[in-house]
Amino acid sequence: MTEAAASPVSPAVHSRGAEAWRILRRNPVTLAAITIIVVVSVAAALASLIAPFDPNATDPAVALSPPSPHNWLGTDLYGRDQLSRLMYAARLDLLIPFAATLSALAIGALVGALAGYAGRWVDQIIMRAVESVLAFPALVLAMGLTAALGNSIGNIVLTLAITQIPIYIRLIRGEMLRVREMEYAEAARAVGNPAWRIVLVHLLPNCIPPLIVQATLAMGFALLTMAALSFLGLGIRPPDSEWGEMTAEGVGYMVTDEWWLFVFPGLMIMISVLAFNLVGDGLRDFLDPRMRGVRS
Amino acid sequence: MSLALYVLRRLLSVIPTLFGVTLVSFFLTYTLPGNPAMVKAGPLATPEYLAEVERRMGLDQPMWVQYGRYVSGLFRGDLGESASTGRPVLQDFVQRLPATLELTVASLTLAMLIGIPLGVLSAVHRDTIIDHVGRIVGVAGVAMPTFWTGLLFVFVFFYLIGWAPAPLGRLAPGLAAPPTVTGLYVIDSILAGNWPALRSSIAQLALPSATLAFSVMAPIARMVRATMLEILSSDYITAAWAAGLPRRRVIYGDALRNALIPIVTTLGVVFGFLMAGNAVVETVFSWPGIGNYAVTALLTKDSGPIQSFVLFVAVMYVIVNLIVDLLYAVVDPRIRLS
Amino acid sequence: MSLIDIRGLTVQFTTDAGPVEAVHGVDFSLEPGEILGLVGESGSGKTVTAFSILRLIRPPGRIVTGSIVFEGQDLVILPESAVRAIRGAKIALVPQSPRTALNPVITIGRQIARLFELHAGMAPSAAWCRGIEALEAVGIPDASRRMRQYAHQLSGGTCQRVMIAMALASAPRLLIADEPTTGLDVSIAARILDLLRDLGQRTDAAIILITHDLGVVAETCHRVAVMHAGQLVETGALDVMLRKPAHPYTQALIRSIPRIDRDIALEPIPGSVPSLLRASPGCRYAGRCPHPMAICTNVKPTLSAIGSDHSVACHAVEAQRANVA
Repeated sequence: MTEAAASPVSPAVHSRGAEAWRILRRNPVTLAAITIIVVVSVAAALASLIAPFDPNATDPAVALSPPSPHNWLGTDLYGRDQLSRLMYAARLDLLIPFAATLSALAIGALVGALAGYAGRWVDQIIMRAVESVLAFPALVLAMGLTAALGNSIGNIVLTLAITQIPIYIRLIRGEMLRVREMEYAEAARAVGNPAWRIVLVHLLPNCIPPLIVQATLAMGFALLTMAALSFLGLGIRPPDSEWGEMTAEGVGYMVTDEWWLFVFPGLMIMISVLAFNLVGDGLRDFLDPRMRGVRS
Repeated sequence: MSLALYVLRRLLSVIPTLFGVTLVSFFLTYTLPGNPAMVKAGPLATPEYLAEVERRMGLDQPMWVQYGRYVSGLFRGDLGESASTGRPVLQDFVQRLPATLELTVASLTLAMLIGIPLGVLSAVHRDTIIDHVGRIVGVAGVAMPTFWTGLLFVFVFFYLIGWAPAPLGRLAPGLAAPPTVTGLYVIDSILAGNWPALRSSIAQLALPSATLAFSVMAPIARMVRATMLEILSSDYITAAWAAGLPRRRVIYGDALRNALIPIVTTLGVVFGFLMAGNAVVETVFSWPGIGNYAVTALLTKDSGPIQSFVLFVAVMYVIVNLIVDLLYAVVDPRIRLS
Repeated sequence: MSLIDIRGLTVQFTTDAGPVEAVHGVDFSLEPGEILGLVGESGSGKTVTAFSILRLIRPPGRIVTGSIVFEGQDLVILPESAVRAIRGAKIALVPQSPRTALNPVITIGRQIARLFELHAGMAPSAAWCRGIEALEAVGIPDASRRMRQYAHQLSGGTCQRVMIAMALASAPRLLIADEPTTGLDVSIAARILDLLRDLGQRTDAAIILITHDLGVVAETCHRVAVMHAGQLVETGALDVMLRKPAHPYTQALIRSIPRIDRDIALEPIPGSVPSLLRASPGCRYAGRCPHPMAICTNVKPTLSAIGSDHSVACHAVEAQRANVA
């Protein structure tokens, strides 16, 4: 309570950072999840610097060896170090869902704002379209889209984005409808603010908290969808490396006891998705009770 | 009076959605690589014959005309043909559907049998070990890719421990399927009194349905927990405690009855997860259902089955959600009686 | 021996921000057939007190200390199974907001009949008939049709009657009615009060009538207990409390009732109920009191008798009596 007041830096700015840190400390799980995401992202980004081996370097001498001090996560048929491969694969596994989520967010927010603000038949048409697309489970839609569009990296990003866009449209539209009815929008209109200004300045900022929560959760889901596509052979293909695809490679080796080839890639997927989900949940808890007051 | 109106409105709202679904599906058809005329004409067709087939199939017509043909084809049951099997897609579908149905029903049943009690226990023993374990299982379950869960199950229960049979389909190799009544081997075996087939079909069903159930169990348990928590702190439950009703009755009678209503609506969403998961699980376990069919078609760029599968899943999703909503209206007296 | 005797009841809730004493040191007792009005603003601890009597305080709340002696047994230390036998049977609750206190997906009939099955050991068919009789006894017309309806199909007043019928299902010795008239039409409220009074007289049950409305108290109760911020500040017989209230809070409450026969300005009570989070060690009314003394902020006043059925917890009153005596 008095920490913020005692800080030498401007109290208004510093107290929010201090408060955020305090809340994080009280939620070790969320903190751990954020740490995981940071660690994986850094490992992916700096893979060329910190990976123990070149992911494509073959070494027949240690082919198909289990986790050892030499190869922490074992090697595959060609002697390629799995740990290094996983680190490099992390790039696609993180970048593609991120790119998809970001673009879906941007498009979905725009369309949703339009639907919510314009209302009447524009809204109706957009919502019918949204419902139609949402009738397709994400993976199934992605399967169809990859077949139609192809499985280059760009097209996979597009596919994943398309599966997410309807969700954001619906979310933003809902918020827009809610906020539009509020009085300060009326007031702004009365004073003569043009429509786009009202939307940008007044309405959009309210939509940001639920958007961030949804986007974080969607990252995890996009990762799962992409991994499933790649596992089935429909997404990322060699020579590009991705965790789902690596799991598929490892399937055949299960019955010859070389379990590390399918276990670790899948484990990476799980850990990453788990981290995104926990952060998303943490964000949701953080943003929600703040508006409702102390939990009793 | 109001119930009839609700039902009518709900039925009517399905139409634009289905219309949109056919549009999306048609768009996919249109953009899928591969020439359906070539499939029909066969590999030995001359260019003139091919052009003739294309004309007859209306492939030279404007898009909206083609859409019209597409939809009318749907109503006639014409889903195109499969390049790999050479048969009408509808025929392949009908033959493979029971396998997927059996897997879906088994998975859903398992998911509910475990997920609902787990959610109730989590809510009743909130913030205790039971709750934490339940939540961890839930959170982890949602994060695990379905294919990986399946592989882990196969590795542990088939390869390491040897409890489960090899993931090679619906029956152990060498066993003949029971005579088809429903297409669901478990039921058909019982009806035919074929005990070896019954044992084998259940054993083969175990791991794939456990895999699929595991991935949908978590959202069910979470939903049940959240709903129960809300209900347990409601006025009427407090009044029930105050009236001296025994604990078991209040939780599993009064509270659960109220909770089941929103849970029913979750099942509609869960169904979507199941249909998506089917594709993956059927691939991992070599299960001869429509999911497997679609994935194979995708890998061989056989466009007929692909868009039919996608369309089928979406239509099923819409219908299931419709049924769920109508069920909700019937089960909840607040809606049923004005 | 009194029907129920509460001594030193203290209930604490643990919150994120710290412990909160929702009820502190409450003493009162009731004889059979008596109607006690438990009065106070929202948050004064009235409902918590009622729930304590029924041992319905759940974590994060707990009864810290005190005794609730009912028919010779201390309800605070009784095992749960024994308390459950008393709930609904010997002590019954008519909860606040009757409509939400009824299960929305179970018929009214089922909800009332099963109480007869439980407390009177009746068979389902007999219990159903008894249920119809009970609804008729509280003045609900067309009772057998009502039995098959659901809560949302009933009006607020009817729901309240149903709750009363359910509470009376086992002829309880003590009835706790929590805000039985809130949200009801004035005329319907009056009839509900008549009903309660009538039933109290006929069955000789004691009634604790929880309300924030002194008008209701004046209509119905024999005795009054006034609570403020979790503490009992004054108790006494009705006419004494209304004509010669001793505690400044009681006086302020009475003054704030609009009067149709006189032309006076309405006097709201200044301030609001103090936070129970860092409750002051002294009198919790000190912040709103018109004449606080130095001792008031440091020492809690205790309830002491100033008449044959009149007790007050106030340093100023005590000081005055000491002067006079």
